Amino acid sequence: MATISANPKRKISRFNRFDNPWLNPFLITGVFLIVIILLGAFIGQFTWDSDLALVGNSPLKQPPVGVSHTTLRGTSVGTWEHPLGTDGDGRDMLAVMIVGAPRTLAIGFIAAAAGMGFGILLGFMAGFMGGRVDDVIRIASDTTITIPSILVLIVIQSVIPVNLVGMALLISAFAWPGPTRLIRGQVLSMKESGYVKMARISGASTFDIMFKEMMPNLIPYLAASFIGNMQGSILAAIGLEVLGLGPQRVPTLGKSIYWSVQLSGLSQGLWWWWGFPALILVVIFVGLLLINLGLDEISNPRLRQKVE
Amino acid sequence: MKGITLVYFLRRFGIFLLTVWIAATLIYIIPRMAPGDPISAMVARMTQQAGYIENSDVIIAGWRKRFGLDDPWYLQYGRYLKNLVTFDFGYSLASFPTTVKEIVFRALPWTLGLLSVSTALFFFIGNFLGAMLAWNKTPRIIKGLIPVSMIFTSVPSLLAALMLLYFFAFQLGWFPSLSAYGRGIVPGWTWTFIGSVMWHAILPIMSIVVVTFGFWTLGMRGMMITVEGEDYVTLAKAKGLKPFYSLYRYTIRNAILPQITALALTLGTLVGGQVLVEYIFSYQGMGNAIFTAIRNQDYPVIQGTSYILILTTALAVFIMDMIYPLIDPRISHEGN
Repeated sequence: MATISANPKRKISRFNRFDNPWLNPFLITGVFLIVIILLGAFIGQFTWDSDLALVGNSPLKQPPVGVSHTTLRGTSVGTWEHPLGTDGDGRDMLAVMIVGAPRTLAIGFIAAAAGMGFGILLGFMAGFMGGRVDDVIRIASDTTITIPSILVLIVIQSVIPVNLVGMALLISAFAWPGPTRLIRGQVLSMKESGYVKMARISGASTFDIMFKEMMPNLIPYLAASFIGNMQGSILAAIGLEVLGLGPQRVPTLGKSIYWSVQLSGLSQGLWWWWGFPALILVVIFVGLLLINLGLDEISNPRLRQKVE
Repeated sequence: MKGITLVYFLRRFGIFLLTVWIAATLIYIIPRMAPGDPISAMVARMTQQAGYIENSDVIIAGWRKRFGLDDPWYLQYGRYLKNLVTFDFGYSLASFPTTVKEIVFRALPWTLGLLSVSTALFFFIGNFLGAMLAWNKTPRIIKGLIPVSMIFTSVPSLLAALMLLYFFAFQLGWFPSLSAYGRGIVPGWTWTFIGSVMWHAILPIMSIVVVTFGFWTLGMRGMMITVEGEDYVTLAKAKGLKPFYSLYRYTIRNAILPQITALALTLGTLVGGQVLVEYIFSYQGMGNAIFTAIRNQDYPVIQGTSYILILTTALAVFIMDMIYPLIDPRISHEGN
């Protein structure tokens, strides 16, 4: 004791606010990227006309501001009227981004939240009840995880027309095995730990043990699993939209790519048509990845030490 | 077979059947839980496109009878399962005399070819780099690759495909943009055809490999660091074995085992990504078949192609499960 407190340098560094594992650079950068997208969309709702995201409300195939685009019909130069250009059906790309980006994040959020809900329920059930219940849940999650979910979703959505929430909920049908396996494993190992045994001896109810004793320890893992599910769900949603499925009349990032592929936006060199949606998606995916790496550092303290 | 116990085989085979059954049942049940039935929904969508369809009631009633939709559910479901086992998905609606089976088995080899080459590539590159990163004799330049490969892992293969297609096929014109082989080349075992197929496969394969190998690099690096700390590795070094020999025989061979398990788990996601990449490149595999079917509202083809891909994935996982005990004999006796 005496040796530790006698070292003032050590004491200062312990109270350095950057010692807080939740303030690691990965997490901050990742959250920053996602917040920028949300903020941009939020400000855009008030400062830009979202109706421009609908077909035919703008001129066709205008390049972004400062870019000139030459076709057989002549050269067009981008203006501030449509800063990110317009697509082949007369949608303003900036408006499409403003309308589409939050929807993409919303699908990921809803699907991941629903998947997490099922996962927490099933994971605790499997870990606590054991026996047959555990067997059924474990086998169900092990099998579901290997199914190429997008194919099942394609078949379903080609029959049922869905809206945004419906699409998110269908995707969540494949978002539960991850959290279930994670929680089951953690619950099994925590069940044998001293503090849970202590709580049980002192007469805490199962519910209290689950949510007061175990849950706080699971939060970084759950958060990482949630972000992972968001990535997967957004990917599934984009995949469906790019194939022309999903909500039909609302412009989304995936739909934008779908139209640009269908109406040969790539071969005509209209890079802004697919490029901006792709860019926003890359920012979202990189942001989520960084958040996940940050959460990894919190739940796995060994990573915090610099490896030689 | 050596290394595989009967219990292990039966358990894995059961899981294989269960996977296919769950997927097939989901495909079957969820569309039927929605209000209406597939046929009314299809007619409704046709109405939406064409404006008005004469005698739509008669059409619906006729098709309902044709598909036996008025039978009790267990008869319908039984018939559905039987058709899946015999690969009988009926006829394509869009190109009528063609059966779904023909369409599926014409497209499947292309998808399997692309998938196996890209899987082999990213698995090898990823694990090789991961092993190199954890080895203390690796030059610093290669170690600098970690952050680069990490950024790539977050990009979906679909977006990588779009970018590669745009820059290398349309802007630079280095690679072809469409199809799986050149126009006017007769398929057969000729060098022109094989060369053309390989030439057309480069971009689709690259778009999967570029965004996937980083995941395996990171996983392998983590496993290598864990295994490096084991006593038997220390002993191998203490014995004075050559560094590369101990790296390969003692560290890599043990570190790669969880990577193989992980490959089986991510195969489903991989197949999904592959379908989208094929669609972007108009490669004549399953991805394109599915997309054409979606555009033509060709429900039997959508169902048949998806089912066969799910079956193939489950089969691949099963085969990997069977190979795994040969690599790691402990696994077959686990849990007994």
